[in-house]
Amino acid sequence: MTAQVVTIASGKGGVGKTTSVANISVALAAQGKKVTCIDGDIGLRNLDVVLGLENRIVYDLVDVIEGRCRLRQAMIRDKRLPDLYLIPAAQTRDKTAISPSDMVRLCDELRQEVDWIIIDSPAGIERGFKNAIAAADRVLVMTNPEVSAVRDADRVIGLLDAEEKGPAALIINRLDPAMVKRGDMLSVEDVLDLLAIELIGVIPEDENVIMASNKGQPLALDGKSKAGQAFQNIARRLLGEQVTFMDLESQNLFQRLLGRK
Amino acid sequence: MINFLFGRKKSANSAKERLQLVLIHDRTDLTPVELESLKDDLIETISRHIDIDPTAVKINVAQDGRSQRLVADIPLRTVGRRRGHEPGSSAG
Repeated sequence: MTAQVVTIASGKGGVGKTTSVANISVALAAQGKKVTCIDGDIGLRNLDVVLGLENRIVYDLVDVIEGRCRLRQAMIRDKRLPDLYLIPAAQTRDKTAISPSDMVRLCDELRQEVDWIIIDSPAGIERGFKNAIAAADRVLVMTNPEVSAVRDADRVIGLLDAEEKGPAALIINRLDPAMVKRGDMLSVEDVLDLLAIELIGVIPEDENVIMASNKGQPLALDGKSKAGQAFQNIARRLLGEQVTFMDLESQNLFQRLLGRK
Repeated sequence: MINFLFGRKKSANSAKERLQLVLIHDRTDLTPVELESLKDDLIETISRHIDIDPTAVKINVAQDGRSQRLVADIPLRTVGRRRGHEPGSSAG
């Protein structure tokens, strides 16, 4: 096995990176792939609670890197999906506890064990981000259809190009089709015009996302919600399938005429 | 025009226009003030060689995917016009 390493980054915090890492990992594992997700947000651990695995942590990422445990011991196996593992972040350390080359070494070892490694980057463009992208074969940049998130995504896309980690692919999260329709939210086309990169997923605003994280049961598991389907579609696109984008905002001609200058 | 008729500019349009300008600055590290001063320098230099209308000069950063290019539109004053012909008088 030689895993593909995918990192999800955004620059801005709170756009939905952790939720996406959880759901894309779950969706890949549900397709029968062996997946390990890594929480790169050292000091602000969260992927464990979103996945509902917070009570099973013994060792963490920093423990592996500093040699206090073997890689296998830090991989928490999901109770629902036997091919899904989590390597949690350390909570009492900070981003400087590991280096980009530590991440490359860890992922090189892990690549032999699994099909996919999905890394949750912390917000920001400093050390934590650099650690998170160091081993990545592919980076997915996440944004919301909102000025600050789009601006930060553009910055991250530029940095990825400079680090020769590009071209990145874009996930637009929390799109509200009704707001787009009435001209009060940037549309998918607007964001793509601005950022000029490939699109890999659009997640609609969906209250099921919060309900799922309340319970620690990622919504990609049931797949009835629109957001759950959108995450499954991203996983399928990662696997190389051509999946058409869900019709979220279907504007008719009249609305287009009104909505555009 | 449509915005005028409907009373209000859609906020998504404002967001897009504002972001277009902000991203140009972020990507090129060129502020609107610096762009103006570049324009003044260009006008001064070009005017030394050829007669141009300084008020008609336009300079912009254009997007081509993720790369930027500096586009200057510098209309030349024709010799004919300078001698007092009305603009467009030769048309037709």
